[in-house]
Amino acid sequence: MIALNVNGVSHQLDADPEMPLLWALRDLLQLTGTKYGCGMALCGSCTVHMDGVPVRACVTPLSAAQGTQITTIEGLSSGADHAVQQAWLELDVVQCGYCQSGQLMSAAALIARVADPSDAEIDAAMNGNICRCGTYPRIRAAVKRAAQIRREGGAS
Amino acid sequence: MSAPQAGGPGSAESADVNAGRRHFLIGLGVVAAGTGIGIRVMPGLLASGRPAAAPFDFKPHAFVRISSDDSITVIIGKSEMGQGVYTGLPMVLAEELDVNPQRISVEFAPVDPAFNHTHMPGQFTGASSSTQTTFEPLRRVGATARAMLLAAAAKRWGVGVDALETADGGVLRRGGLQRASYGALAEAAAAVPMPQDVPLRERAAFRYIGKPQKRLDGRAKVTGAAKFGSDVQLPDMLVATVARAPVFGATVQRFDDRAARAVPGVVDVRQVPSGVAVYARHTWAALKGREALRVDWNPAPGGSLSTDAMRAEWRALAERRGVVTIQHGDVDRAFAAAAKQATVEYELPYLAHACMEPLNAVAHVTPGRCELWVGTQNQSQDAQFVAKALGLAPADVTLHTTFLGGGFGRRASTTSDFSVEAAHVANGMGRPVRTLWTREDDMRGGYYRPMAVNRVHIAVDAQGKALALEHTVVGKPLMKNSPFAAFAFRNGIDPSSIEGLGDTVYAVPNLRQSAHYTDEPVPILWWRSVGHSINAFIENAAVDEMAALAGRDPLEFRRELLAGRPRHLAVLEKAAAAAGWGAPLPPGRFHGIALHESFRSIVAEVVELSVDGDGAVSVHRVTCAVDCGFAVNPDQVVAQMQSAIVFGLSAALYGEITLEAGRPVQGNFDGYRVLRISEAPAIDVHIVESDGPLGGVGEPGLPPVAPAVCGAIFAATGKRVRRLPVRVGLASA
Repeated sequence: MIALNVNGVSHQLDADPEMPLLWALRDLLQLTGTKYGCGMALCGSCTVHMDGVPVRACVTPLSAAQGTQITTIEGLSSGADHAVQQAWLELDVVQCGYCQSGQLMSAAALIARVADPSDAEIDAAMNGNICRCGTYPRIRAAVKRAAQIRREGGAS
Repeated sequence: MSAPQAGGPGSAESADVNAGRRHFLIGLGVVAAGTGIGIRVMPGLLASGRPAAAPFDFKPHAFVRISSDDSITVIIGKSEMGQGVYTGLPMVLAEELDVNPQRISVEFAPVDPAFNHTHMPGQFTGASSSTQTTFEPLRRVGATARAMLLAAAAKRWGVGVDALETADGGVLRRGGLQRASYGALAEAAAAVPMPQDVPLRERAAFRYIGKPQKRLDGRAKVTGAAKFGSDVQLPDMLVATVARAPVFGATVQRFDDRAARAVPGVVDVRQVPSGVAVYARHTWAALKGREALRVDWNPAPGGSLSTDAMRAEWRALAERRGVVTIQHGDVDRAFAAAAKQATVEYELPYLAHACMEPLNAVAHVTPGRCELWVGTQNQSQDAQFVAKALGLAPADVTLHTTFLGGGFGRRASTTSDFSVEAAHVANGMGRPVRTLWTREDDMRGGYYRPMAVNRVHIAVDAQGKALALEHTVVGKPLMKNSPFAAFAFRNGIDPSSIEGLGDTVYAVPNLRQSAHYTDEPVPILWWRSVGHSINAFIENAAVDEMAALAGRDPLEFRRELLAGRPRHLAVLEKAAAAAGWGAPLPPGRFHGIALHESFRSIVAEVVELSVDGDGAVSVHRVTCAVDCGFAVNPDQVVAQMQSAIVFGLSAALYGEITLEAGRPVQGNFDGYRVLRISEAPAIDVHIVESDGPLGGVGEPGLPPVAPAVCGAIFAATGKRVRRLPVRVGLASA
């Protein structure tokens, strides 16, 4: 059995320790906000937080996730009120939306670490997240806006 | 907000649509609102109204449901794949209904002729046509519903309609005497005879249309709640992966599934028409099982294909004229009289759509029925083809549309490949099965933007004016074997090979195109902007080459070629002025410009880039001007320009699918590189208002990008990139 803590809830999973966290989240826990895009840590659609650090769930085996605190998009906030979600809504970032859970999780980890990220810091933190709809200009602006919201104490 | 699920409103509607609509509609209101009574304005009933002046048949295809709990739901027959119809279509209806669009709930429509595209056979989302074809009909639906609500209130209060007005979801009696919400009037309104010819608002009176409206799917998409096809969860569902032919058209010779069946979680392995399916309780087992599967394939004619060999063969073909597809002026005489001329060759690669959500569909086949959950742009045909594949009647297939994790044309499959395959995979299983494509399955699965070799002969006269352009194209015709062939492939001419060039807005007096249509077993498909993605490049690159032959500035030369076209000139000038064309740029930065009209919209783009010593190109800024006639949701027009520019830059700089020994080489985002945020330029979008017809916005931003990039590279290096992607073409320039 694998003991997994996701969004503050403990689970016991009867699963292959080599199973990527992505498929456990989606298929075993029905947390489908985390997306499959490449399976090789190339696109970032599956980004979740493991003890607060962004990881690609598609290449993170359950054996590595065991004993950590996993946060998915469903656990980022209770009412779409995390600073990154607020900023994303304010600037109407999303298009098809498929990559956005991963984008938001990468952005949330960045602004938790860097109060006022520069363009270079945004590039470094967000370059692993591909968007085919081309929302990059808005993501860049929204990350800055989210950091500002956070600095002003408006949200988590 | 969520996609229709099993037993949800979607299935209830489609089951009932065939049985007495008006009665049903009221009944549905009861179902949807619990204890409430709903009214719905039915497109079919409105169809008897005055035909719209639009060039398409008047076949409104929107439903609105107003329930006694004051919820207002718009059911959209278009697929939301990022382009914003989930917001734009409801806001058009809301304008006339007089309700804040943010109050509206949206549902994806069931498959029903009422939602058919106005000028295509069936329910279909594409060709940047959703807003242009539904704008008038949706306004009529909203206006008619409002008129019925007003009539109901007038009757209830015993006053004339002229004593009443509406305001944000309610009817008011002037003077503040009485107010009733739309929900409170819903039941009474359902009994009002449907009025004809309800007047629409004047454009100047619009409160929502023409002003930025926040996306109605925003919240669902920042919380992970939005349901895509791959998110559909059903009781007892299996996940299947399919081992497909490594070479297009190859068939299974034999397979050994012993190791696959031994993988924990794998429950079955079966041959299906497209290969061998591995069924499992979850995705991981389905993937491991397929890895353990051994399949031997029969040889196929495509097994020897290589893009290098094709290119050599096609270049030889391009040296002689093919079937003449476009002919204006006297091309031969023009070349004979030319002051300067040149012959060049442009090569454009196969491109994958590479939607972020790999292809997938869930099917549940039971005796005499099939239920499908799929993100598709092509509902009617998918349902028909699935019915045919399973030997069912179309009415026995229920298709639920989900959000699409990107479309770009791939989810408008001419063969309905991913839906039909999912039906075959689920057939005989007696339980729902998700067929999930991996990224590699998706990228190596064909249905590419066609590869094209183009020989271009250009000439200018002694005054330095554009004189002649002859274009010989070699490639596979897109429409020939498509479901649209009957009306789109006429006289042996493929419309996608001529679109954007045969009707070029540049005044090139002598123009000829001829085509050599090839027929490789590589499936091809429309890819964002279709033929324009090729022809805008040819058109603008040829114009740049002519300008250079004549020793003239690319902007000034275009001005001359667009003389007499005020809308096009306005767009060109806006982009040039906003970008500062001709003014000094930071050291090492250079400009290129292109303009193209597609899907009734005109877009000009100025690209600012630099090229380093190793030939690496950095695009710093793209300035875009767009005239789409009228911007219904201006911020989403901006978003679609940004989107198409980034998508087009990925293709121009990096995109290429190559074949070796019949096998697509690139399988994931390592080999098929796309733009990342660090490479994304600043993008300035300027909307140029005009009195032109409503144009599309999903695709028209794409065609100018690649030629503008190549124009800027020429300015920077003196080298013409004549083979895309730039990554390949600049090295050989």
